[in-house]
Amino acid sequence: MAKGMIYHKTDEEIELIRQSCLLVSKTLAHVGSILKPGITGSQIDAEAEQFIRDHEGAIPGFKGYHDFPSTLCISKNEVVVHGIPDDQPFTEKDIVSVDCGVYWNEFYGDAAYTFAFNDISDEVKKLLKVTKDSLYKGIEQAIPGNRIGDISYAIQSYAEKEHGYGIVRELVGHGIGRNLHESPEVPNYGSRGKGTKLQSGLVIAIEPMVNLGTKRVAQGDDGWTIRTKDKKQSGHYEHTIAVKESGPDLLSTHEYVEEAVKNNQYLSEIE
Amino acid sequence: MAKQELIKQDGVIDEALSNAMFRVRLENDHLIVATISGKMRMHYIRILPGDKVSVEMSPYDLSRGRITYRYK
Repeated sequence: MAKGMIYHKTDEEIELIRQSCLLVSKTLAHVGSILKPGITGSQIDAEAEQFIRDHEGAIPGFKGYHDFPSTLCISKNEVVVHGIPDDQPFTEKDIVSVDCGVYWNEFYGDAAYTFAFNDISDEVKKLLKVTKDSLYKGIEQAIPGNRIGDISYAIQSYAEKEHGYGIVRELVGHGIGRNLHESPEVPNYGSRGKGTKLQSGLVIAIEPMVNLGTKRVAQGDDGWTIRTKDKKQSGHYEHTIAVKESGPDLLSTHEYVEEAVKNNQYLSEIE
Repeated sequence: MAKQELIKQDGVIDEALSNAMFRVRLENDHLIVATISGKMRMHYIRILPGDKVSVEMSPYDLSRGRITYRYK
């Protein structure tokens, strides 16, 4: 695994990243409030882009990144991540992962949430709950003195060993700051005590991708869309966090999006 | 947005170029240009054409790599 230069951020820089992440969190909440059966990914994407640009100086973080065409990654059912929004209407049986990035004040913010419509099966509901909890189990390990491997191990042992789901290997979390993807890489699988040491000022995006069936994934012909090999559903949740002396500091939040889900009659809350 | 991990592959050195760069033929017969990793430079590990090596590549540019290990 290669190491690039790791930039630790000052408290002021962390606050700027928090601003970007806050906008991401609110954008996810806005998506959560307008989601309904029949609406399409393209419509959601247009709304999200407008919402972001309404904030002076803020621009979508993903659009144009290695030629990614949209503001959001919209990944439905067996699509794990990097789904490109299209004109397929959503149905009551879908789970929809929305990943959003924002570039504001020279810093990036990145977070994701998987929405569940009302007619999903209990096993899919459980997958999403476990995926979400594995994210927090990983975040718990983000204290100075620990290593990236401790975060990775926490996520893997909870989702894979304890619950038998498949953890995607090919895609990983990442450092974030002035660039969308920075060192270090934050895999969702690994061994304790291995990897980069966590120091105060490290800002990383942790994003477990958990598959109902096999961990194997394949890239689609569009060069972006990642699907599970067995076409079973996959969950994805992401937070950007800062490692501080006092422990992990969540810069993004799911508070707003979960409030929106609660108030949206077409979406089911995950626990 | 999730980042794609570095891809690790094995290959054989085809040709030595200047500046510690090598042309490597990967297992899938692709030819790439690879540089030698800093760790290998530090330990003065020599690489010659015909050696089997391990290469890591970024998914964002599949024509370049970094040689990280030379097999015995």
